[in-house]
Amino acid sequence: MGCDPPGPAEDEALGAAAAAAAGAAGREGGGEEGEERARGGAEAGGCYLALCARPVHFEKANPVNCVFFDEANKQVFAVRSGGATGVVVKGLEDRNPISFRMEDKGEVKCIKFSLGNKILAVQRTLKSVDFLNFIPDSPQLEYTQECKTKNANILGFCWTSSTEIVFITDQGIEFYQVLPEKRSLKLLKNQSINVNWYMYCPESSVILLSTTVLGNVLQPFYFKSGTMAKLSKFEIELPAAPKSSKLSLSERDIAMATIYGQLYVLYLRHHSRTSNSTGAEVVLYHLPREGSCKKTHILKLNRTGKFALNVVDNLVVVHHQDTETSVIFDIKLKGEFDGSTTIHQFVLPPRSIQPYQIPVAGPASVTSQAPVPCKLYSSSWIVFQPDIIISASEGYLWSLQVKLEPVVNLLLDKGKLMDFLLQRKECKMVILSVCSQMLSEPERGSLSVIATVFDKLNNEYKKYLEAEQSYTMVVETGLSRSNPLLKRPVRTQAVIDQSDMYTHVLSVFTEKKEAPHKFTIAVLMEYIRSLNQFQIAVQHYLYELVIKTLVQHNLFYMLHQFLQYHVLSDSKPLACLLLSLESIYPPAHQLSLDMLKRLSTANDEIVEVLLSKHQVLAALRFIRGIGGHDSISARKFLDAAKQAEDEMLFYTIFRFFEQRNQRLRGNPSFTPGEHCEEHVTFFKQVFGEHALMKPTTF
Amino acid sequence: LRMAAAGAAGQEKQLAPTLLSFFIYNPKLGPKEGEEEKKILFYHPNEVEKNEKIRNVGLCEAIVQFTRTFSPTKPAKSLHTQKNRQFFHEPEENFWMVMVVRNPIIEKHKDGKPVYEYQEEELLDKVYSSVLQQCYSMYKLFNGTFLRAMEDGGVKMLKERLEKFFHRYLQTLHLQSCDLLDVFCGISFFPLDKMTYLKIQSFINRMEESLNIVKYTAFLYNDQLIWSGLEQDDMRILYKYLTTSLFPRHMEPELAGRDSPIRAEMPGNLQHYGRFLTGPLNLNDPETKCRFPKIFVNTDDTYEELHLIVYKRISPLPFLCLTASIPPTLEFCRKLDSIVGPQLTVLASDICEQYNINKRISGAEKEPQFKFIYFNHMNLAEKSTIHMRKTPSVSLASVHPDLMKILGDINSDFSRVDEDEEIIVKAMSDYWVVGKKSDQRELYVILNQKNVNLIEVNEEVKKLCATQFNNIFFLD
Repeated sequence: MGCDPPGPAEDEALGAAAAAAAGAAGREGGGEEGEERARGGAEAGGCYLALCARPVHFEKANPVNCVFFDEANKQVFAVRSGGATGVVVKGLEDRNPISFRMEDKGEVKCIKFSLGNKILAVQRTLKSVDFLNFIPDSPQLEYTQECKTKNANILGFCWTSSTEIVFITDQGIEFYQVLPEKRSLKLLKNQSINVNWYMYCPESSVILLSTTVLGNVLQPFYFKSGTMAKLSKFEIELPAAPKSSKLSLSERDIAMATIYGQLYVLYLRHHSRTSNSTGAEVVLYHLPREGSCKKTHILKLNRTGKFALNVVDNLVVVHHQDTETSVIFDIKLKGEFDGSTTIHQFVLPPRSIQPYQIPVAGPASVTSQAPVPCKLYSSSWIVFQPDIIISASEGYLWSLQVKLEPVVNLLLDKGKLMDFLLQRKECKMVILSVCSQMLSEPERGSLSVIATVFDKLNNEYKKYLEAEQSYTMVVETGLSRSNPLLKRPVRTQAVIDQSDMYTHVLSVFTEKKEAPHKFTIAVLMEYIRSLNQFQIAVQHYLYELVIKTLVQHNLFYMLHQFLQYHVLSDSKPLACLLLSLESIYPPAHQLSLDMLKRLSTANDEIVEVLLSKHQVLAALRFIRGIGGHDSISARKFLDAAKQAEDEMLFYTIFRFFEQRNQRLRGNPSFTPGEHCEEHVTFFKQVFGEHALMKPTTF
Repeated sequence: LRMAAAGAAGQEKQLAPTLLSFFIYNPKLGPKEGEEEKKILFYHPNEVEKNEKIRNVGLCEAIVQFTRTFSPTKPAKSLHTQKNRQFFHEPEENFWMVMVVRNPIIEKHKDGKPVYEYQEEELLDKVYSSVLQQCYSMYKLFNGTFLRAMEDGGVKMLKERLEKFFHRYLQTLHLQSCDLLDVFCGISFFPLDKMTYLKIQSFINRMEESLNIVKYTAFLYNDQLIWSGLEQDDMRILYKYLTTSLFPRHMEPELAGRDSPIRAEMPGNLQHYGRFLTGPLNLNDPETKCRFPKIFVNTDDTYEELHLIVYKRISPLPFLCLTASIPPTLEFCRKLDSIVGPQLTVLASDICEQYNINKRISGAEKEPQFKFIYFNHMNLAEKSTIHMRKTPSVSLASVHPDLMKILGDINSDFSRVDEDEEIIVKAMSDYWVVGKKSDQRELYVILNQKNVNLIEVNEEVKKLCATQFNNIFFLD
């Protein structure tokens, strides 16, 4: 769909379209409004869709003001009196409106800026498009380009970059390069083909043309930096064999959107009385850059009437005007696979978009009016891809948003809930709150549910860690230069790591102490089990949490068993923690020493532990066993031996160092640097001067 | 070996130590003269004449009383005489258990007449004291404390319980084959990797959650413990019961049944995943009895009375030992079978795989290079390459009893001091026995090499420590 409204040529401006169009995709039957309407409101609780809080407000369409919407730049153009009294351009992203005037050269059919607002293109006739430079210091005069194909009518145009434009005529497409300095266009490529209507997806730079008499053969073209590629055409299966040879596929029933990074053509297939389907459905055709387009997914709507489509956060949103509700589909969730396509039911029960109050007019207004409730699902709404809703009659442009908090209470299967949440952009805090919720009353989950949730989180976490790891490896080995496409993996909100779980969920949960300790420990072990299952190294603070909880409940035997089977992995901090437990649980000493031994990098710590327990001989034997006895401090050992108040022990240690001195320096006496004078004096006092070792000379 | 030894002795014949008598008394129950019989709560053999019983009890009382004057807190533990040895144990205040064991005898023939030579120094005090203590622990496991029985139904109740329990239990004491392992009364742990262990943890937690009458669970495989939710002391004695009494009793009919075409003893059990070693025999029979033995745990503290459920997978070997707070019903058993059975199958294959990996790594399929016994007082972990597989009756040591006695002696030496020690003994015919004590761990190694010296023996033991115990802190 080009510059705005749905219909072909005659209804181009929003002002005119507003009265009739229910949405970009689909209308069926008449406008029976009334009793059906009431439903949406009744189910207001748990609205998971909302209009953005800061919409773009524009002057509503009226006979002198024409309104246009450009999907590529997401800009609304308000053109007063053909531009003579002003054009105001407002966008969702760029908050500062652009205003200018242009000469009124007739009714504007279509108006769009090139990317970056460099050049303005205005279509006023069926044969040509006018251009106006917005580049500083470039010629300001308008210039015109007529379409090359004789007798062809221009259906519309699309900018594919800041200086490249495609004209779509009823007889083909023409791809131009605009040369603003020369105020002229250069034809890059053209292609003849009969066109019923066209549609442009700016995100993927793909133009889709409806060809053949029935209109159901779609020909996609892909544009990239001056080149145009023809992709393989495909046919949309129509619900019933058309009776006559007239256009049977309307552009209102087709949308294009990128879902999970892939381009899809969405076809709204209406319920046909002849087939026994239970309602309308949305058929998704996957359009790969290479290869042929395939029908991959069917979204069951289970209802009939007027529909409109949006794609938000990789979810397909289907609005239903009759019931004033919307449903969402997630093609990544499990569906029913029939061998070629996956059939999906909507994820959540139908709900209305959250009630919306039209904000009181800007700060300039002095009168403080009460906010006016906005009419949702109004017949004047027009829906654009991927997430735009415009109310032409009220002059608002919104982006549609998915709210995750209400989903939590609507999707009771926690596994499915996690699958859903993990694919959403802003999911982290919601996921963490779900985790907290399932651990505490009144909605405490069973251990198997908790395990499932942990596994799903860690699966995502692991994927990220792996990507990060292989990226680092490539960078380190210097292979990155040969692969310029390599990018650092993006950490999405779905990556919930141990620190997140610890801070927001597990530490809070264990501190609350409302759950029986058996459950608390089971939950912690389940999380550790899950991390291990995904081969993720468990952080020390989680072990600390386990130990703290076990100690609080005097479950030392349990702790002992966990350590025995190395469920709590070895680390110096953990060994120190165990040492600190010795006074309340003596075996912790042994466990700690074992751990230090296994670490093999903690020999100094082992010596310290032994010395602190006055096991001086044991410490000396240990250090000798690992061959470190030539570099140890004699003073440290002699101090410990003296504190042990065991004269024989002191003698032994003293003699050991005398022998070391003899061996290393050829003299048994201590050097001043060793600071052992005090010990030498003590030795003499107790054993007599003659007991000192005599230097042996050879 | 023992057979060979006996053969070599030619005319000599060795008579193993036997139980002479076993009695339990409480001096406070018959303090007055003429009422002495009231003190006696249990006496084996029961046929002994009343006055002799009274006399023997009185003698023990006197010895304990007499030795108390020298050591008020630690009265005599045993009394050595030429023909026998008496062991005293006071498990609860004023309740005394006494076991009298006849010393082993060598029967010689002199001038055609048999001459008996009592071997006064053969029995090890620590071994038989431990056996006596275990008698009490085992009683307490199934009956609760003596005091509790008195509170429940007076002396009469206590006497009944003692009679009922010890009448059978004493027959299972195999005094001739008691050794160091009885002193340790340790637990053999099944070596397992972290992940499989965590899976088992997770399985147990979930099972306890869905079967909420289950209070504690123990998980065993191949007679080895993997997890115990029970406290250490309770698990220690329960482990002994399971591995030396319950499992072997059920193992034999099953092994026998493998060859016979019809497994008569468990009809209809084939559509189930496992079977109950305690409780119902046949889950399909609604009339089947659903009685589980009661056990008493945490008797010093919360004093819990529980029902012991032992469930076993049919083919591989995991045992699940659960304890329930209320009597389990047949319906419960069916639920357990259906919930636990399939998961246990998955776990069993995980464990089995792990078991085979371990076997390959350690090369355990070969005859172990070293004969050793390891024990850790902290977690009661026990490992012996000296003992053959436990049979229902006894666990047999594969070395000469004299060597076992040396081990026992070293152990006694160790228990006298707190410090780390190492003792190396040169035994007969090229045997060396090494005992090492490091913190709370003890290791006993038996080496048999010709012409080695002390240093070489020490090196050998170091090698063993480096290969078998490299992941623990064991001083050289």
